Amino acid sequence: MAASSNPKKLADGIVSGRLPKTALDENFTDVHPPLDPHEALVASDRCYFCYDAPCVTACPTAIDIPLFIRQISTGNTLGAAETIFDQNILGGMCARVCPTETLCEQACVREAAEGKPVTIGLLQRFATDEAMQQDVQFFERQKNTGKKIAVVGAGPAGLACAHRLALYGHDVTIYEARKKPGGLNEFGIATYKTVDDFAQHEVDYVTAIGGIDIRYASPLGKKLSLDKLRKEHDAVFLGMGLAGVNALGLKGATPQGVRDAVEFIAELRQAKNKGRIPIGRRVVVIGGGMTAVDCAVQAKLLGAEEVTICYRRGQKNMNASPYEQELATSHGVTIRDWVQPAKLKAKNGQLTGITLEYTRLEKKKLVGTGEKFSLEADQVFRAIGQTFGDNESVLEDELKLVGGHIATVDAQGQTSLPDVWAGGDCIADGEDLTVTAVAQGRDSAEAIHQKLMG
Amino acid sequence: MADISNTFVGIKSPNPFWLASAPPTDKAYNVERAFEAGWGGVVWKTLGEEGPPIVNVNGPRYGAIWGADRRLLGLNNIELITDRDLYLNLREIKEVKAKWPDRAMIVSLMVPCEEQAWKGILPLVEETGADGIELNFGCPHGMSERGMGSAVGQVPEYIEMVTRWCKQTTRMPVIVKLTPNISDIRYPARAAKAGGADAVSLINTVSSIVSVNLDDFSPEPSIDGKGSHGGYCGPAVKPIALNMVAEISRDEETAGLPISGIGGITTWRDAAEFLALGAGNVQVCTAAMTYGFKIVEEMTAGLEAWMDSKGHKTLDDVIGRATPNVTDWQYLNLNFITKAKINQDTCIKCGRCHIACEDTSHQAITSMVDGARHFEVIDEECVGCNLCVNVCPVENCITMEQLPAGAVDTRTGKKVDKKYANWTEHPNNPSVVAAE
Ligand SMILES: Cc1cc2nc3c(=O)[nH]c(=O)nc-3n(C[C@H](O)[C@H](O)[C@H](O)COP(=O)(O)OP(=O)(O)OC[C@H]3O[C@@H](n4cnc5c(N)ncnc54)[C@H](O)[C@@H]3O)c2cc1C
Ligand SMILES: Cc1cc2nc3c(=O)[nH]c(=O)nc-3n(C[C@H](O)[C@H](O)[C@H](O)COP(=O)(O)O)c2cc1C
Ligand code: SF4
Ligand code: SF4
Ligand code: SF4
Repeated sequence: MAASSNPKKLADGIVSGRLPKTALDENFTDVHPPLDPHEALVASDRCYFCYDAPCVTACPTAIDIPLFIRQISTGNTLGAAETIFDQNILGGMCARVCPTETLCEQACVREAAEGKPVTIGLLQRFATDEAMQQDVQFFERQKNTGKKIAVVGAGPAGLACAHRLALYGHDVTIYEARKKPGGLNEFGIATYKTVDDFAQHEVDYVTAIGGIDIRYASPLGKKLSLDKLRKEHDAVFLGMGLAGVNALGLKGATPQGVRDAVEFIAELRQAKNKGRIPIGRRVVVIGGGMTAVDCAVQAKLLGAEEVTICYRRGQKNMNASPYEQELATSHGVTIRDWVQPAKLKAKNGQLTGITLEYTRLEKKKLVGTGEKFSLEADQVFRAIGQTFGDNESVLEDELKLVGGHIATVDAQGQTSLPDVWAGGDCIADGEDLTVTAVAQGRDSAEAIHQKLMG
Repeated sequence: MADISNTFVGIKSPNPFWLASAPPTDKAYNVERAFEAGWGGVVWKTLGEEGPPIVNVNGPRYGAIWGADRRLLGLNNIELITDRDLYLNLREIKEVKAKWPDRAMIVSLMVPCEEQAWKGILPLVEETGADGIELNFGCPHGMSERGMGSAVGQVPEYIEMVTRWCKQTTRMPVIVKLTPNISDIRYPARAAKAGGADAVSLINTVSSIVSVNLDDFSPEPSIDGKGSHGGYCGPAVKPIALNMVAEISRDEETAGLPISGIGGITTWRDAAEFLALGAGNVQVCTAAMTYGFKIVEEMTAGLEAWMDSKGHKTLDDVIGRATPNVTDWQYLNLNFITKAKINQDTCIKCGRCHIACEDTSHQAITSMVDGARHFEVIDEECVGCNLCVNVCPVENCITMEQLPAGAVDTRTGKKVDKKYANWTEHPNNPSVVAAE
């Protein structure tokens, strides 16, 4: 489209409606369209049905991958879905958001053989989509045990924990701070990874087992203490994620135009009309993780002209996998490594640019070299990691924390309290992956069940 | 450049690739397209006796088995012989032969098992100028219920009788097409020879039910909810056909009887294998029906290239070369001892060799060594069976290595004897008479 036809396209500053609706709709569809049945057959046929398959070991939830793929190849798609949900009830979301290139698909023997792994993620999506579209439920609640369990947070960890506990016949109440369930599945994951309100459908699918009551706008905090929850329940699971974000730590007042990437992504996820979301013409994203990539790519998709990710270490050190980095660069995002923010430039309180300093490693410590340069920018996003935020003060007097996370004493997420477990991003062993949160929530549920039922 | 021109029972064709009697050879239109594409000859779709034409089903007549990416591995059909008028076929055969004199034109025939029926049709075929006839004693469905096709092919006496009628009546070479639906293929072949056949061709299709519809429990292909057995062909039947060709080729009674090899031939390599086991030429049906006539280009080019690379100048340098190497189990050398060996550089650690050997064979492949995933053959357990080689997804990753004479087989603790020794003289063989 010629620039002249839409004056906003190249407008300076942070403006909405840079792109027409048709372009936005196209930009925010599925990045990886689902497999059609024939593609699924072809893809499933490539699986060797390995013995003690390395892909299973690499999956944090240990889904029996060769088995479910074989079930797809023999036409038993629903059976495949059951195999997946058996280990990972959020297998539908994981199929969309797992960085498979660093998990199962990296371990696939066909990656070793020919650099082309079996497309496990897409096959997982094929099977789970089928089951969810048909609304087939595979699990029936066991007899009611009369035990009550509180789960804090309706993110992946909390939902996985709640589902497994409900399956065993326990009554679960989820206390969720927000007005909507899903955690970062709903507010964090990039729009193009989970289209068509999938996160909410998935919550409905998971909770359909029964025995799970979600209380919204019910944060653990002043009105609802952990102590109270412990008194009223037989056990508590904390899956509160990381609600806070790190500051840039620069001197001086923060000008208009600096924004938190997670908040921007959440707004984008919730927006019915993406054309209403303002975005800069020249955008700089500080950070090197998945959040930075998702923020940068979506800024570009909204119509930003120039988007640069600035990361303080080498590209190899980025938490975003090479595959995700490529997703960014293929969308026209520039990645600059070995640079750190030095100063935000502003005019009348409005951001105009950012000064960056080159960095290098000196005796394994990252230091600025003193040499600097500037980029024009009307918007800067912070994507430099999340923190426990207010939850830290909510919990610090109740149980043991370590490094701003909940300390756990075993692999199943037991905390310093005998009747409290925790999992997902909020624990010290969290990996900032949906699939790890699911595995930890599920494993805590198993431990709680063991403890309560002996 | 190797010369692949072929003479089979005196019939010349520019290459050994004929189209088998089947839909690809049912009418002038198809056959001319085949000749244009380069096929050396055709066996015209089987003709029946004069009268109201044969009636085929009007629903699906094929079923199939597929491999990866829907690659067709086996085809099943319930088609009958030609359903076109006899005189129309004869007219077309004559026209096409006149137009393509350098290509082989064989006419396949199936009429009731009565002397008059056979003797009546032969002059009509002769009049077309065709190079020869093929007696269809093989069709396993439909026609066999009417006492023709494999109903004749399964009774050696009938084969001999009908062959003799034909030989008495016609100057044309007579090729007898055999059915594989019989327990020992040598008997019908011997009968054909006794009746004076110039050659046999084999195999026709294998009786089969290709699949069952699990919704309505109808065998496939389903005709209004019912199915009947059909004839199976395509890549899946090649091993059966190769064995039958070899059996006839090495049988003393039929030694030297020309064989036209048929069954699952899809590439030049398949064809070369048939030739090596004694076929004088080959016929193809399913491969053409799957990919069209153009595949003959790959077949001729591939055969020539292979012959050039091995220094074979003509087909005679190849035909029958493998026959002497087909023997009975009891003559296999028991002092030939092999062990599997895994190439660790190409192993992708899928573990299939381990689980196959562990669960179903000799527990001779590791899965863990010093706590690491590692697949290695345990010579003390390996019997050299080749299963791991066959299940390994990486070509040439596992090889069978022969133990040299004098080496110790750690499984048995015995030294490898360089002497050839087979079952007939083995001490465990009860029929070996103790030398006293
Ligand atoms: C922008 C972004 C993109 C990401 N992309 C991916 C990706 O592509 N793939 C991937 O695998 N991972 C991705 N992640 C990481 C992944 O989303 C998280 O690891 C995962 O959601 C963690 O699950 P959780 O249940 O521990 O926490 P969350 O998903 O954060 O859920 C925590 C829930 O607890 C609630 N809560 C918090 N405090 C309280 C309280 N005091 N009382 C009650 N409720 C509370 C929150 O509202 C929330 O609903 C991404 C993260 C971000 C931020
Ligand atoms: C649809 C179909 C019809 C056939 N009709 C005849 C026939 O009329 N006469 C005959 O001798 N063989 C017939 N055959 C058998 C083929 O000539 C051939 O022997 C058999 O298919 C094996 O070869 P292939 O594996 O290359 O297909 C037919 C095969 C098919 C698939
Ligand atoms: S490693 Fe790859 S080939 Fe092996 S089972 Fe897993 S997906 Fe299949
Ligand atoms: S192959 Fe041709 S004749 Fe046969 S069903 Fe298909 S379209 Fe009809
Ligand atoms: S089957 Fe082949 S590739 Fe797989 S572990 Fe065995 S030797 Fe390695």
